[in-house]
Amino acid sequence: MGRFVARRLLQMIPVFLGTVTLIFFMVHILPGDPVAAMWGDKAVDPAQLAAFKHARGLDQPLIQQYLDYLGKLFRGDFGMAMDGRPVIDKISGAFPVTLRLALLAFAIEIVLGVTIGLFAGLRRGKAFDKGTLVLTLLLISIPVPVLGFIFQNIFSTQLGWVTPTVQDSMNLGQLLLPAIVLGSLSLAYVARLTRTSIAENIKADYMRTAVAKGLPKRKVIGTHLLRNSMIPVVTFLGTDLGALMGGAIVTEGIFNVKGVGFELYHAINLKEGATVSGFVVVLVLVYLAASLIVDLLYAVLDPRIRYA
Amino acid sequence: MPDLTDTKTEIPAQRAAEVPEAKPEKARSLGLDAWHDLRRRPIFVISALLIVLLIVIAIAPGLFTSVDPRAGDLRTHFLTKPNYGHLFQPDWFGYDGQGRSIYARVIYGARASVVVGICVTAGVTVLGGITGMIAGYFGGWVDTIVSRVTDIFFGIPLLLGALVVLNAFTSRTIWSVVFALVALGWTQMTRVMRGSVITVKQADYVTAAKALGAGTTRIMVKHILPNAIAPVIVVATIALGGYIATEATLSFLGIGLQDPTISWGIDINSAQKVIRTAPFALFFPAGMLSITVLAFIMLGDAVRDALDPKLR
Repeated sequence: MGRFVARRLLQMIPVFLGTVTLIFFMVHILPGDPVAAMWGDKAVDPAQLAAFKHARGLDQPLIQQYLDYLGKLFRGDFGMAMDGRPVIDKISGAFPVTLRLALLAFAIEIVLGVTIGLFAGLRRGKAFDKGTLVLTLLLISIPVPVLGFIFQNIFSTQLGWVTPTVQDSMNLGQLLLPAIVLGSLSLAYVARLTRTSIAENIKADYMRTAVAKGLPKRKVIGTHLLRNSMIPVVTFLGTDLGALMGGAIVTEGIFNVKGVGFELYHAINLKEGATVSGFVVVLVLVYLAASLIVDLLYAVLDPRIRYA
Repeated sequence: MPDLTDTKTEIPAQRAAEVPEAKPEKARSLGLDAWHDLRRRPIFVISALLIVLLIVIAIAPGLFTSVDPRAGDLRTHFLTKPNYGHLFQPDWFGYDGQGRSIYARVIYGARASVVVGICVTAGVTVLGGITGMIAGYFGGWVDTIVSRVTDIFFGIPLLLGALVVLNAFTSRTIWSVVFALVALGWTQMTRVMRGSVITVKQADYVTAAKALGAGTTRIMVKHILPNAIAPVIVVATIALGGYIATEATLSFLGIGLQDPTISWGIDINSAQKVIRTAPFALFFPAGMLSITVLAFIMLGDAVRDALDPKLR
């Protein structure tokens, strides 16, 4: 177990370095000069421009900048944004908000998705199952911006239950509606995956044995069926938390949540290399951590899987 | 939709019925078998008809409306309500905030979505198919490198990466969106193809072909490719709908297609400003977009059932 974790951690290093490198060059090769853009419509003063670039190390060759960036990154320094704020400040301001939003969406999709999928799988071919399939298909085909506007319109404009946009980005109650919108697509996938998996495993020999042993129904379904059916769902969920955090751009825009998506969207538009790289680095770390946890969860769900 | 659920019980019976009549003649290939299976499914027929209609609209939008989707008249048509009785007329779906016919814009918007969806899918399938085939077939250090590269791309969310790539283009066309999505999406197909090739590679007929002295290219193209392609086709068909949704989302964010191009995503974006007074301006492009994505996902579902009934 310990050796497996160590090996996985070692394997993550090249992936992490590769992603950081890829995003660094993608952002910095972009045409357009973010520093010159700071002058807006006014004429750019060449001396000031050169001084500013020199102070930030932006006059160095790209490779040198890249090596400097990596060196600082390993000392925990994410560099400075164009407005002079350390990128780490922006990260520590935005990530708690998006983490709340993403975890709320994650919780909704696990609880609702698995429950709906379980009942649909148990009642395969019945009305509830068919209804689930149709509804999840609809949910998958409605793009997120459209779903966001539909929900905003129904729950705040028509019913008046919540404010149309989020006033306090740290308030869990206000984040509920954006979280439902954010998690809805994954909810549909989780429900479908669970349903398929349950419907397949219900015919397994161990299920017949469990029923024949006279175990109560609750135990047959909870311990035997559900636990064995969770592996494909957990695989999906592992990649999903990172995707939720990175994909929150649209939801955060519609509901005015000041999180990662909001900051990233502005940083990308302003071509703020250091800010974009910094945020993506943290997102990649979340993704890598989630995929490690998933690998370890496999062994918990299915004791036959062992990590030597 | 009964066929969504009943396939599992239906297929063995069908297969059993088909075997005796197929035996004396040539055995059916997987593709032909899948085709016979598909034709009987209402889900497949409905989604295929929808897609054919969409492609016709994309190729010849002029057949469906005679109005210029870019011509607006603010004095007479500003946010005019839809006239549902006027089928196929310019005012059928009403007019948008610039006095342009929403019906005409919905019709002309199909092209961007269909082209992006099909081209991105073709691009990722070819690129991912080739890299996956090479990684899966040769194994060893080639496989290690390709797998690590796919890992790297997997860490970057598609929407986020596309935002960064598209920011590099000063004027964006359909092709810049296609480029961005292919550049970031191909590794998904690499993974699927690699896994599939590794399973097929161990089959006896591959060993037999090697023993008979077949060259590497021949083994890959004639023996492995036809047997390993099914999962890739399935994933590609389902992903197609997703690419269309991604294009609309990018255009909605203002970082995808730009104004002279007509896209449902752009129209959804401009409709959000008038959502209280004119919800229909949002409803029709959003509805068309959803129907299009739905059609491709239903097609993908049907193809998956036909190619691999076990996968459901």
